Amino acid sequence: MFESLTSRLGEVFDGLTRRGALSESDIKTALRDVRVALLEADVALPVVKEFIAGIETQATGQAVIKSVTPGQMVVKIVHDRLIEMLGAEVSEINLNAAPPVPILMVGLQGSGKTTTTAKLGKQLVEKHRRKVLMASLDVRRPAAQEQLRVLGDQVLVPTLDIVVGESPVKITERAMRKARQEGYDVVLLDTAGRLSIDDELMAEAAAVRDAAKPVETLLVADAMTGQDAVNTARAFHERIGLTGIALTRVDGDARGGAALSIRAVTGCPIKLLGVGENLDALEPFHPERIASRILGMGDVVSLVEKAAETVNRDDAEKLAARLQKGQFDLEDMLSQLQQLKKMGGLGGVMSLLPGVAKVKKQLAAHSVDDGLIKRQEAIIFSMTRGERLRPAIIKASRKKRIATGAGASVQEVNKLLKQFQQMQGMMKRMRKMGRKGALPPGMAGDLSALPPGLMPPR
Amino acid sequence: MSESDQRGGWLKRLRSGLQKSATRLSTGIGDIITKRKLDEQALSDIEELLITADLGVEVASRLTRNLAKSRFGKEVSDEEIRTAMADDIERILAPVTAPLIIEPDHRPHVILVVGVNGAGKTTTIGKLASRFRQQGYSVMLAAGDTFRAAAIEQLQIWGERTGCTVITRPAGTDPAAVAYAAIEQAKAAATDILLLDTAGRLHNKANLMAELQKIVRVMRKLDESAPHNCLLVLDATTGQNAHAQVDTFRELASITGLVVTKLDGSARGGIIVALAERFGVPIHAIGVGESEDDLRPFEPRDFARSLMGLNP
Repeated sequence: MFESLTSRLGEVFDGLTRRGALSESDIKTALRDVRVALLEADVALPVVKEFIAGIETQATGQAVIKSVTPGQMVVKIVHDRLIEMLGAEVSEINLNAAPPVPILMVGLQGSGKTTTTAKLGKQLVEKHRRKVLMASLDVRRPAAQEQLRVLGDQVLVPTLDIVVGESPVKITERAMRKARQEGYDVVLLDTAGRLSIDDELMAEAAAVRDAAKPVETLLVADAMTGQDAVNTARAFHERIGLTGIALTRVDGDARGGAALSIRAVTGCPIKLLGVGENLDALEPFHPERIASRILGMGDVVSLVEKAAETVNRDDAEKLAARLQKGQFDLEDMLSQLQQLKKMGGLGGVMSLLPGVAKVKKQLAAHSVDDGLIKRQEAIIFSMTRGERLRPAIIKASRKKRIATGAGASVQEVNKLLKQFQQMQGMMKRMRKMGRKGALPPGMAGDLSALPPGLMPPR
Repeated sequence: MSESDQRGGWLKRLRSGLQKSATRLSTGIGDIITKRKLDEQALSDIEELLITADLGVEVASRLTRNLAKSRFGKEVSDEEIRTAMADDIERILAPVTAPLIIEPDHRPHVILVVGVNGAGKTTTIGKLASRFRQQGYSVMLAAGDTFRAAAIEQLQIWGERTGCTVITRPAGTDPAAVAYAAIEQAKAAATDILLLDTAGRLHNKANLMAELQKIVRVMRKLDESAPHNCLLVLDATTGQNAHAQVDTFRELASITGLVVTKLDGSARGGIIVALAERFGVPIHAIGVGESEDDLRPFEPRDFARSLMGLNP
């Protein structure tokens, strides 16, 4: 998500920052491009207009035009406004109430309510150590209640027994009663999908709300939603009263303007992001990081956190120690490739790095992708331990055997070995630099600055 | 029930569904122009109104330019503007309007149903099954979504409702295996139509798109001409990402047509206009509700005029 918006805005800003002085008309032209970029990203028109108007007043002020780097100033203003619109800080699910805390999930059909409910249930149990009960109030879609029950079994979160023919309000009352009697901390209420213009169903949702008195009412919305996001969000907010937003399918390639729209019309914070089909794939929303990502400034904080979560600390220290001594063999390369894979593959890491929009294009041109990592892994796997430790012994006939074993061609084996040599060289250079205690300047926008292992073979 | 009654019925539904946006669009245009000169400002306001209906910046601006060519500087009424817009939109949509044609000789005529998560694939299959049954075809359903929890059960319920056999394998089975078994059984029973459900997949997930290609490959081992249709189910609330969806599914799964769902909501589905322009993929049907009879043939004139708040 947000990627294409990033590269679109990146172009606009490149144009701005390259110039020394900016006239008002320069800024107007740039903002017109920003407007189109936002609309193409599905940010709703009224929201775009408000956004642009706000920036225009600030950006055409004397302070900007007279500043030394007016382009940078404009980018900063856009960045700040974006954060302001996305919400200033991280909002977590509010559990501050006497248990059982009811949480109501609402949204259109197919927005991902049931999956999000199960993911949230899992997270509340595993990370927050709460006793959670889930109940499906969807008596309309065939097998919807069954779906939540199956997911509950998968994530080991209890679900309310299904009673055929019971109304959503009655199910709600039964869920709350059971939760009180059996000492549950949180009750997740998964409602049926409904259209915001369906009066009958909206009234039903309001009745459920009155019966449950939820502490959180989350609107589950698809990141691919178009201009209608504002209408839907407004209608749900007016009829039911929302406290937060869960944005789903953020792992798609939609530009995700709906996030801005919904946030702007409801004023509710985005609390959760659904980022995959895996039931662990639920993340908190960091406005500042997303804004930076949209503007191509990178999300280094997330990258470091992701690394911390996935990289085995001992392994990392061992590798660091070896590098200190200038040792780097194919085993090390393999473990790096594997770590990279764990961190969500090349794409996952790249989207977090600063200034990568351009690099990404270069990478695509070199056809460096996650498939490559897998193939390289396979090649190393089909080497003997001796070969991995002393790659110099790999000559023609060994190459042939390795290639056959990995289902690759000899050229691919050659490529890998060449890349390994490059990495080895780079490690040595980094070791020298490491002594000076600083990273090389110009990290962004330059292929040579990629983490080792990502170097495309030349 | 006669054909015309049905037509009236669905039109009413569609129009009442479209009403909200249509009203918004049309009162919007009404506000801008009550018989006055069509100038730059008025044009840009109209363009924005089209953007609000998800037509996209490019199509909206082109439609607006067309309008300007013939009427710029002239005194025009609200009605004239809307009619002209509706006509242009209809012209774009007319070539992509195509009913789903069944060739019962295939026995089975295999229809593969694909789309992103939550688009409404299973519901659409239920509705299609119901329609085909009413038309007198024998229909078999195959539960190819072996991933999502209770997706198989969901299809089974539709099978009961419509009186169709449902071919299932346990959750987690390779969907290609389900497809193979289903075609085998449909052939044995000389069933007219086989509707194959698949798991929702985001088009940017390479592995899932490869899985889809495998389903087609395996299917062709039993019938080289299968699938006879590959329907992409598209949610009308989708914004500009629909371009990427159609583009990818068309390239990797050779989709033969679209079914646009959830047109009874407040989303206008204006994205269809942009898709028609760019890809020319046929639109077979639209979904306007959750019950069996809520799948309707796509009528470009009605759609365009409803979108502009005009009587069909």
